[in-house]
Amino acid sequence: MSSSNNSKVGSALVKRGLADMLRGGVIMDVVNPEQAKIAEDSGAVAVMALERVPSDIRRDGGVARMSDPQMIQEIQATVTIPVMAKARIGHFAEAQILQALDVDYIDESEVLTPADETNHIDKWDFTVPFVCGATNLGEALRRIGEGACLIRSKGEAGTGNVVEAVRHLRTINAQIRRLQTADASELFSLAKDLQAPLPLVQEVAELGKLPVPMFCAGGISTPADAALVLQLGAEAVFVGSGIFKSEDPIRMARAIVEATTHFQDAHVVAKVSTGLGAAMRGAETATLEQRLAERGW
Amino acid sequence: MPKVGVLALQGDVREHATMLSQAGAEVSLVKRAEQLDGLDGLIIPGGESTTIAYLLTTSGVREALGKKIKDGLNVLGTCAGLIMLSSGIEDGRSDQWSYGAVDVVVKRNGYGRQIASFETDIEVKGIGDVPGVFIRAPRVVSISSDVEVLATYDHGDGVHPVLMRQGNAWGCSFHPELTSDSRVHELFVKSL
Repeated sequence: MSSSNNSKVGSALVKRGLADMLRGGVIMDVVNPEQAKIAEDSGAVAVMALERVPSDIRRDGGVARMSDPQMIQEIQATVTIPVMAKARIGHFAEAQILQALDVDYIDESEVLTPADETNHIDKWDFTVPFVCGATNLGEALRRIGEGACLIRSKGEAGTGNVVEAVRHLRTINAQIRRLQTADASELFSLAKDLQAPLPLVQEVAELGKLPVPMFCAGGISTPADAALVLQLGAEAVFVGSGIFKSEDPIRMARAIVEATTHFQDAHVVAKVSTGLGAAMRGAETATLEQRLAERGW
Repeated sequence: MPKVGVLALQGDVREHATMLSQAGAEVSLVKRAEQLDGLDGLIIPGGESTTIAYLLTTSGVREALGKKIKDGLNVLGTCAGLIMLSSGIEDGRSDQWSYGAVDVVVKRNGYGRQIASFETDIEVKGIGDVPGVFIRAPRVVSISSDVEVLATYDHGDGVHPVLMRQGNAWGCSFHPELTSDSRVHELFVKSL
């Protein structure tokens, strides 16, 4: 018989392991228990509990902060799937609160107003795992160096426009391919150019992928968007405003879940895309006053 | 070489595929019912059990797989996969269904939420200590005498089976696929 005497919580394996379990799934932004229930009913692998979806944060302006613990706890009590919540960049006290609330993943997120313009949270300090956004490989590796166990390409949250998500995924992929073709002596200089820790640069050159799972966020609002980013190498998707700002959230949620599983089967994606009603209205990125992806560095 | 499929609707499919290859199986991914044909074994991976259950239904694999399991297809479920093979679920969704192939009742997140997820060594009958990674793992809270227990674990609040087998159906609370040790997969593949 084995016993708990030698068991270990909060190890990198255990933290990254939950991200591995979410692969091939859809993580949905929800603002109340009713939406959380719809998300779980529709096959979401996890929910992101927050007070306002990104498109509303954009509309309302002001400082966006961590959600009220009561709202997070109500959602935890409603669903059986993992519950994630967002802390502001660098706001380790918000992260401490979220860990105390027993959330399953913390998103140190550019969707909220940053609390520290120089430092991100030291995520090694926590038992709960963190996901962070990245627009390029250097940014992804800096976050992993700080202890992030899951990277999501940032995209441009709250726009319903997938163009930035595609840009960020393609950038990360291209930079990984560049490392793979470099010889060992070139990696020192490439690490400097990427402003990323050398050991992680060497690991990526060896693996041909990030050392943690890579998901996609920011602007996904149709089943076709999900199929697109999965074919570009994302292993799962975060959908924020795209579901509950659409005309028929239940159908949209189910359709994006099925498209994420069957992303290589255009017949399935066609079927679930049929007669879905209007997707969220969306915004052209050139017209945005605030680019959220530029927060964090 | 035995042909083993990995149910690839959601979850850590790639790791299982790698482990099965190392264990000497010919691996294929299963997303549609007809892909179950000709398999000697199938792994239901870790993931979210509610999502996998949902996608089994929408993909039309649910009934086909149920029939195959009844007809003797060898199946191994890890974590969410164990939940799918169990005969009863505590703390699940009120409408959560399972195949009832392993006569155990499991409590979802029975060791706690993610903060309580842990890794430890698990002594498996016949092969010795293997690394065990438990992530929001189901806890076996009751078990029929028809189920053979291959490993147990004492979490400090009682001893529970963590690797078990009932005829053609194997269940595992932890994730052997997340480690570099393929001996649990070898045990399954050798039984085919």
